[in-house]
Parts: sequence; structure tokens; C-alpha cells
Amino acid sequence: MEQPSSHLKIRHADGVAQVEFADRKILEELSIQEIGDELDRLVESSAGVRLLLNFRNVDHLSSAALGMLVTLNKKVKERNGELRLSDINRQIFEVFKITKLNRLFEIHDTAEQALAGFSRR
Amino acid sequence: MIVHAPPQLRLGSLDMAELVVPNDLRSAKAPESLILGELERNGYDGDCIFGLKLALEEAMTNAVKHGNRGDPAKHITVRYRITPDQVVIMVADEGTGFAPECVPDPTSDENLERPNGRGIMLMQCYMSRVCYNACGNEVWLVKDRTDPPNPGWESRLTEG
Repeated sequence: MEQPSSHLKIRHADGVAQVEFADRKILEELSIQEIGDELDRLVESSAGVRLLLNFRNVDHLSSAALGMLVTLNKKVKERNGELRLSDINRQIFEVFKITKLNRLFEIHDTAEQALAGFSRR
Repeated sequence: MIVHAPPQLRLGSLDMAELVVPNDLRSAKAPESLILGELERNGYDGDCIFGLKLALEEAMTNAVKHGNRGDPAKHITVRYRITPDQVVIMVADEGTGFAPECVPDPTSDENLERPNGRGIMLMQCYMSRVCYNACGNEVWLVKDRTDPPNPGWESRLTEG
């Protein structure tokens, strides 16, 4: 089931919800909250959700966006799901490294690599 | 306007442009786009602009949400001076301030899963120098052009 959203493009394939961001900048408080709500609904839609967030369109984010991702990660884990991130550009990956969040999240260079690693059902 | 920079920055008196905007995140965009335009005109590269944009975004968000606590009756004052060699930005709110040294390190293991507390650290990593006034309701961001994109991070790594 797809949720209509102006911030996310969601595609379900092979048991994985693949999400791309429609906004190039994940900065604004209001849109971050809406993105978080949208992703929450996706996580809550089924137990053990397998979620891939593809950052290929994103060229900016803020600490508020990182906070949203941290909260999402917790929620996915609580529901025995899997969350992976992919296609993060160099500048944004640096933000993950600086905040050490590259240790918290499972980050892959490409969506293909991330998809290949999801557990088979 | 002529402004005395905090003594620890050793910048003396600076001729800075000033903008005062209402305390909401949408209004906070106006100084951001003016400053970004100035950075491009002064030939700053993409990495430098990325860091300044991030630091400024964090400073503005902190001022609106934490400093002024979202109070629509309050204002944010932004002063800036951008030359080809250096960027100096001051963001002040009308709140009671805070003690930056009391904000816990968001990169320590016990804080890694906390949703908040990364903004100040990101400002410090991407800027050459960051300082606050005595009560903490005014933050100064300085970026020297000759510095690498995230000089604060590199010094953190060197320190251990």
C-alpha cells in the first residue's frame, strides 16, 4: 500500500520499502516532521519492515533531520525491522562521520548493495 | 554598523550588516539566503558553503526554538561580514541564554541514540571558531577561507 506524500517517493519491491526523498534539502523543521510521520506510518504498517532510505537526491540536511533518522532507527529496531541508508553524497556522509552516526546506521554506497544485504524472507 | 566582536575572537571592531527577523523558521530563511548569495559572490567553494549553510541553519534553529522558545513576539538579530578571506556571522536571540559547555557530547556512546544535541557540535566542526557571549544568547561563527571545510572536526580528531 502506498501512502501519498509530497516529501517521499515510496516503492515496494521484494519485501523492501524503498524510499527516496523528493526534497533536495532535509532542513526545515516542518518538512522533517512530516517526513518522520510518513516514515513512522511505513514502519508501523507491518512488523519487521525492511526499509531502504536512498539519499541520492539529497544535498543538504540538518541536525534535526539526523534526530528524525535516529528516532526512526529506534522504532524500526523495536519492531524487529531493518533500516539501511544508501547513496549518501560525500558532504552528507561527512556529517554522519562527524556525528559518529555512521556507526549507528547501516550505510551502503548504492541501493543495489543495500538491497542485496537484506535478510531473505 | 560597527560592532565589537567578542575579545576571544581577536577581530576587534567590525563593520557588519544587520538584519532583524521575526522569531519563526520561515522568516529565518531571509538572512540565510542573503548570506549564501554573498558567499557565492565572494567565490567560496561548495564545501565551504555547505559547512556555513549547515552552521547557520543550526544557529538559526537554536535561536528560534531554544533561545526564543518559539515565542512569535520575539526576534532574531543576525549580523554578518563577508569578505573574500573570512566570514563572520553573529546570531542573537532574546532568550535568557544557556551554558554551551553543559551540552553533553552527542558522539559519546551513551548519547549516540539521542535525537537532539548535535547542532552545536556541528557548528563547532564546520567553523574555524565559534563563541558565545557571557549569557549564551548570542553565537558568533567565524570561518577563515584558508581553513579546510571542517577545521573543528579535524582538531577534535587530533585531540583524541
